[in-house]
Amino acid sequence: MKKINILLALCLSLCLSFSWAQTPKGSVLIKNGTVLTVTNGTYENTDVLIQDGVIKKIGKDLNAPSGVTTVDATGKYVMPGIIDAHSHVALDVVNEATAPIVAEVRMKDVVNPYEIGIYRALAGGVTISHAMHGSANVVGGQNATLKHRWGSSNPEDIIMQDAPRTIKFALGENPTRVHGRGNGIQPRSRMGVEAILRNGFNEALQYKKAWEDFNKAKSQKGSTAVAPEYNERLQTLVDILDGKIIIHCHSYRADEIYMLINVARDFGIDKLVFQHTNEGFKVAPEIAEYTMGASVFADWWAYKFEVYYSTAFNAAILHRNGAITSINSDSAELIRHLYHEAAKTQRYGNLSDDEALSMITINPARQLGIDDKVGSLEEGKHGDVAIFEGHPLSSYAIPQMTFVDGIKYFDINEDQDDQRQQVSPTETVEPILLTEHNHRCMQDTEHLFETASALFQMNQ
Amino acid sequence: MKRINKTFLTFLIALLPMMAMAQIDGEFIKPRTGKFLLQNATVHTITKGVLSGASVLIENGKILQVGSNVSADGAEVIDCSGMVIYPGMIDSGTTLGLAEVSSVAETVDYQEIGNVTPNMQALTAVNPNSEAIPVTRVSGVTTVIAKPSGGLFPGTAALINLVGYTPDQMYAGFKAVAMNFPSSARRGRFDRRSDADIKKDNEKALKDANELMEKAKQYHELSSKGAELEYYPEIAQLAKVISKELPLMIEVNAASDIQNAIKWVKDMDIRVIFSGVKEGWRVADEIAEAGIPVITGPVQDLPSRQSDRYDAAYTNAGKLAKAGVKVALRTNETENVRNLPFHAAFAAAYGMGKEEAWKAVTINPAEIFGLGDQLGSIEAGKVANLIVATEDPFETRSQIMHVFINGYRIPLSNRHIRLYQEFLERSPDLNAN
Repeated sequence: MKKINILLALCLSLCLSFSWAQTPKGSVLIKNGTVLTVTNGTYENTDVLIQDGVIKKIGKDLNAPSGVTTVDATGKYVMPGIIDAHSHVALDVVNEATAPIVAEVRMKDVVNPYEIGIYRALAGGVTISHAMHGSANVVGGQNATLKHRWGSSNPEDIIMQDAPRTIKFALGENPTRVHGRGNGIQPRSRMGVEAILRNGFNEALQYKKAWEDFNKAKSQKGSTAVAPEYNERLQTLVDILDGKIIIHCHSYRADEIYMLINVARDFGIDKLVFQHTNEGFKVAPEIAEYTMGASVFADWWAYKFEVYYSTAFNAAILHRNGAITSINSDSAELIRHLYHEAAKTQRYGNLSDDEALSMITINPARQLGIDDKVGSLEEGKHGDVAIFEGHPLSSYAIPQMTFVDGIKYFDINEDQDDQRQQVSPTETVEPILLTEHNHRCMQDTEHLFETASALFQMNQ
Repeated sequence: MKRINKTFLTFLIALLPMMAMAQIDGEFIKPRTGKFLLQNATVHTITKGVLSGASVLIENGKILQVGSNVSADGAEVIDCSGMVIYPGMIDSGTTLGLAEVSSVAETVDYQEIGNVTPNMQALTAVNPNSEAIPVTRVSGVTTVIAKPSGGLFPGTAALINLVGYTPDQMYAGFKAVAMNFPSSARRGRFDRRSDADIKKDNEKALKDANELMEKAKQYHELSSKGAELEYYPEIAQLAKVISKELPLMIEVNAASDIQNAIKWVKDMDIRVIFSGVKEGWRVADEIAEAGIPVITGPVQDLPSRQSDRYDAAYTNAGKLAKAGVKVALRTNETENVRNLPFHAAFAAAYGMGKEEAWKAVTINPAEIFGLGDQLGSIEAGKVANLIVATEDPFETRSQIMHVFINGYRIPLSNRHIRLYQEFLERSPDLNAN
């Protein structure tokens, strides 16, 4: 009897926790806007009906089902929620800089749903961000894809649970500086970076074989086989080799990009996206042929030597060569105006409106493996929508409302002066930060270097 | 043997020009001056309204004539039909030319050792051949303040035009002594000083500043009475602020610091410009009442406090302007000064309005720098700094078609564009081997 009670209680609590874990979904009818679907053209005076978090219908003169609120978007632009393929918003820590390979680390463990940066991103129309590990390691930790469901205190609620696994890699100056110069171990050069990768993957293959051998032996009658020691780091590398994880690699120079393409081809890896990729334009045909493309800055250059030979035409060259190209922020500031960053591809390369918008919607969705769910306004996709006053590619555009799964998380008319969810109980005077540490790729490696200001300059 | 050598040599010398030619990959386009007529455009003069179907005549570096009935009179005619003409934009706070690659210390020249170095001249450290200069000017930014940073009095800032091969050719006629007003704010997340320590640091810095200004005053009084003074370059430079030869450009951002700075300068008979002024919106009326002009930006920036509205930095310039403050904009950038028009667009959209935003990157800084009769608008007699664009240059889709600086027609190329030309269709491409 007691046992049954305990079982019942267990069942109940399990059910409850399942229902808690379920993400909130809403319904809304957005009326009479200019609808920028990105993938299927632009429609004027058109409605978008979202029901239970999913886009139900896009068309003219739709009626709101009972209980569904209506938003008047007359004269406004309705576009898919913006997706940032490179962000560190809502992360308490960014780098586990203790070894050249730290594949076992998970950003899911350090997600902070209270960070005001989430709300500020929503105020820029951004509904999804790729919360990445930093660039201190050749193989960094596993990233988290976030949905900006602002207001929850549970980190689980802002993690996009059905997004595929991704992992951070980094080449060039950052890992060679941290490990070669900071810790006195490999890699100190781009040669060392390649060696770390090849050694790591070969060790992973040996590890995989050891387990396969064990599993084979185990099934034999009277087997006395002993299981190999479990190693999360190597298992994660095996998962990469098995195509279960998408690599997102911090990279700048063409030679290192080409190196990783060769390493990936040698190990049969095709789920590979380059991040930053400032010199991607020099190997655009190779990136287009062998990878899932590049996620780049619109115009950042010259802040460190490996980005000195950059061009703001990078995104346009990559795109014209057939590479999947997205534009990302890597910054708590830039994430607020990715629509404007995407618009720079019109100044630098004359991209069309749809081409420019695809760089912050469907293209990053493809690179994160979530393009079947988000990244365009299509029936059946998630109700992630941003409404703009003015065309989003105009420099004068102002985001008005942002919906995630049909729920409104930002409305310019309901914006309060203080949008924080939580104020630190120990805080008496609120700190004023003039040069907010926007760029956090190298956060948590400060102790390795002389001054924080030197670090600030090598951040990106 | 000798003869063979001689013949061979003659042969070689004869071939030299051809061999040299083989190394040259096309004509190099240089900035060139002359007489130009920019014909039949919509001219946004900034100070004298918008003139449609108008032309601008340029000669000897100056604007000669603006209007609808301007004859070419031997000038090279540039058809600008369907296009807009604006004055070149002025970025009122940058480190352009003072740093080439920010993370490489050897290329960074905007910061000196020492807390009191007002005699450090940004103008001498500007690299006229910085790759960032041609990258900047094709965006329509023709003139910038190059400003040192660092200690209490980090050096002397200078206004430069983005054409020329020596600092003197680039100098646009304005300098200011820079000051970092003692700040109660934190320098960033890494700044882990206690509130008490920050207060202590502040009080000491302000005491130092007072003593230095007092010394400068004495120096000025003595030197103006013809006294023979010891070589004291720091104080000699500060004395130029006392004599009003140079204004003091005070970097101040937190609201309480702005209030303190207003108090600090109140009884000093000097020319003052505030820069930064990130929390200016909190005390906009007080700044307006003090009559101190403001250089603010970047506009595309995070709020200074977690509790601030997300658009605090976007709206700051507009709120200051509405309160009656004379506002100029800056990017505070090095290699991306080219984004000034976009910062101005954000200010315009978030409350400032297009007209005021244009003034904040043209005539306002010109007037703040005492150059209102030379720069910042399209008027006869002014320096020929102007841009021709397909449409509103604040929009990213607008293409800048012509740039004139100091009357020089600027070639619209730079490394970014050359890399585009080389790599859009790469040869060899993927399949060639």
